Amino acid sequence: MQLPRPLAASINCLPLPLVQRAVALVFRQVLARHPGLFDRLGPYANRRFRFDPTDLGFSFVVYPAGPDITVYRAGKAPPASATVSGPLVTLLALLEGQIDGDAVFFSRSLSVSGDMEAMLALRNGLDDCGFDLPRDLSGLAGPFAPPLQRLAEAIRARALAGMV
Amino acid sequence: MELICPAGTPAAYREAVEAGADAVYCGFRNDTNARNFPGLNFTTEEMGTAIAHGRARGVQTFVALNTFMRAGEEEVWYRAADDAVALGADALILADMALMDYVATTYPDQRLHVSVQASAANADAVNFLVDTFAAKRLVLPRVLTVAEIAALARQVDCELEVFAFGGLCVMAEGRCSLSSYITGQSPNMNGVCSPASHVRYREEGHDMVSELGGFTINRFGADEPAGYPTLCKGRFLIAEEDAYAFEDPVSLDVMDHLEALRAAGVSALKIEGRQRGKAYVAEVVSRLRKALSAPPAERPAQLAQLRRLSEGQRTTSGAYEKKWR
Amino acid sequence: MTKTGRLKLTMGPIPYLWPGEKWRDFYYRIADSGHVDAVTLGEVVCSKRDHFTRPFLPEVVERLTRSGKSVALASLALVTQEREAQATRRLAAEAPLVEANDLSALRLLAGRPHLIGPFVNVYNGATARLLARQGATRLCLGPELPAASIAAITAGAPELDYELIGFGRLPLAISARCAHARAKGHSKDNCQFVCGEEPDGLDVDTLDGQPFLTVNGVQTMSRHCQVLLAELPSLPGMGITHLRLSPQDCDMVAVAALYADVRDGLVSAEEGIRQLAILYPHARFANGFLHGRPGMDWVAA
Repeated sequence: MQLPRPLAASINCLPLPLVQRAVALVFRQVLARHPGLFDRLGPYANRRFRFDPTDLGFSFVVYPAGPDITVYRAGKAPPASATVSGPLVTLLALLEGQIDGDAVFFSRSLSVSGDMEAMLALRNGLDDCGFDLPRDLSGLAGPFAPPLQRLAEAIRARALAGMV
Repeated sequence: MELICPAGTPAAYREAVEAGADAVYCGFRNDTNARNFPGLNFTTEEMGTAIAHGRARGVQTFVALNTFMRAGEEEVWYRAADDAVALGADALILADMALMDYVATTYPDQRLHVSVQASAANADAVNFLVDTFAAKRLVLPRVLTVAEIAALARQVDCELEVFAFGGLCVMAEGRCSLSSYITGQSPNMNGVCSPASHVRYREEGHDMVSELGGFTINRFGADEPAGYPTLCKGRFLIAEEDAYAFEDPVSLDVMDHLEALRAAGVSALKIEGRQRGKAYVAEVVSRLRKALSAPPAERPAQLAQLRRLSEGQRTTSGAYEKKWR
Repeated sequence: MTKTGRLKLTMGPIPYLWPGEKWRDFYYRIADSGHVDAVTLGEVVCSKRDHFTRPFLPEVVERLTRSGKSVALASLALVTQEREAQATRRLAAEAPLVEANDLSALRLLAGRPHLIGPFVNVYNGATARLLARQGATRLCLGPELPAASIAAITAGAPELDYELIGFGRLPLAISARCAHARAKGHSKDNCQFVCGEEPDGLDVDTLDGQPFLTVNGVQTMSRHCQVLLAELPSLPGMGITHLRLSPQDCDMVAVAALYADVRDGLVSAEEGIRQLAILYPHARFANGFLHGRPGMDWVAA
């Protein structure tokens, strides 16, 4: 599923530092709940992985050993050890292990480049560690957590419907 | 027939159990097994947890130690076998004859399965392994037709397990050095085929080009379904044609032959895919579980769904049908 | 068993489908070669080809034996059909010396002297010891082993003789499917023996035109030709006693003479490699496996 154009456009209008702060907050929150990811990454934790959502005007570079994440305007990100690009929803679904990476690759809705060994380690690490964005992030919402988690889960279910 | 399911991670293991596996097979996190991929497989502790998780739910765990012991470093394989036995593995899946000898001698009560990598494709070969190492089950290479499997089953004194769904080796398993010829690493020695470390993808216009060790393995047009960059499923120039010289990017699916396999005396159906994600494991296992108990007429509906998860988004009966040859 | 003696030269089975008469004449010439100590022959790749050479086999074996060569008959590498199992049983029962290329032959030959071919997986000394206990006397190692493994295997079972492929395209894989027939629009069952059209194998190139592999019936072979000439002096130290020359469609008697000359120090390895490129100009040379590198690599001395 492609991100609806008006939604993508409004996200793309946000100032970079704001996006950077929000994304970094989410990143730290999620990683703190899944320390096992680093174990599977092993030596590949000190590579840089770039995520290029094809339906969004931003690029995300993740450095697990930091751990840190840096947001760039699309096309402005530096080269990374490995890059994966595809629709945002597909990338998020992969992050959560909701879909099989090989299957989306076979279907050509995802493309990868760079160091495939590092990419495979990240894929396998993510697949095992059980990210669940609605649940993992609900901590950020304080008292509003339960309804927001439910809403996020519903959005996710709709976005994933019919995907590989 | 039992359903034997793959797990590359503890998460996939739990999914396989949940989805209805009779047994799950998995390996340690090193080159003692043939899916020695980065970020995949089980530590000793994870293996112990998985075995206990399965056992509590009536699901068996088979530990794959199905690479060949590197000369001078045999201890790594012997210790892995010791660990698997100590952790309570229901069976060890072995390919190396000396490792079979070690397990049969040291742990005579441990159930020993012969891996597909051992390349036993006929009754004399199977009986050699059964007589010499007291093997209880043998996983057949994907080189036999259903009729040949039936003929073989009548002549051997052990259970037979066959691949039913997933990746398809075109070459006789355990007898392929194509990967090491190009990359220096092979299934038998390193537990990898066409390893990720040697794979590169290149975009050329709308085409995607896959390379292995600097050699072009395939070129996929804009919306053409892709496959793994395994070199036996690449597109090459042969006899003045641009063709899939050995096999197309395609997966194995022999669910159409379920009744025949059952009648042939096959004990267990194996699903390939320890390198696949937990979402794949969950979906394939649950659909095959349903298909196994469904009347034959209802099976195709269950299985059609699986094709889109498959390499090249297509499936074949492979060697199980004579015309494939 | 002494490991310091000079390497013996053996001629491996012809991997390709050659007309019966050409096959026979090849072995008559080998019989007359003073440089070949032992010969292993017979159809290893495809049971369907067997009838091309079978009529000439007794004569060839007789002539090779009479000229003092140690002769072994190789069993089929991939045995799946009842007919193939029967042929293996017959071979094991009748031939004086058999090279086992499949586990089925191991069972049939257990308890009496036999050879082990490169299609039986031996990756460590413990497996070699196990085979020796069953009656194996000489073992031809599989192509992908690096020198360190070879040394460790031979040290682990010093009671065996060890053979290594020193010349020829390497056997890399075997399949139930015939890629050779398939490339020419035939099925395996109705192959019309089209593999006979390429006496040195059918080229497989990448889409960019790089030489890549060789198809030989149901077998896939290296495109490069294994050449272990510079390595000859180091092989006995690794425990190798026999060097196997795998027939290509070239003057194999001259190839054997050249290997013997390099082994005996009459010709330098460098000069030997130069001359070999004239004798067999059809393929690039490789020696990567022995050096622990991709098999197609060439490591200069």
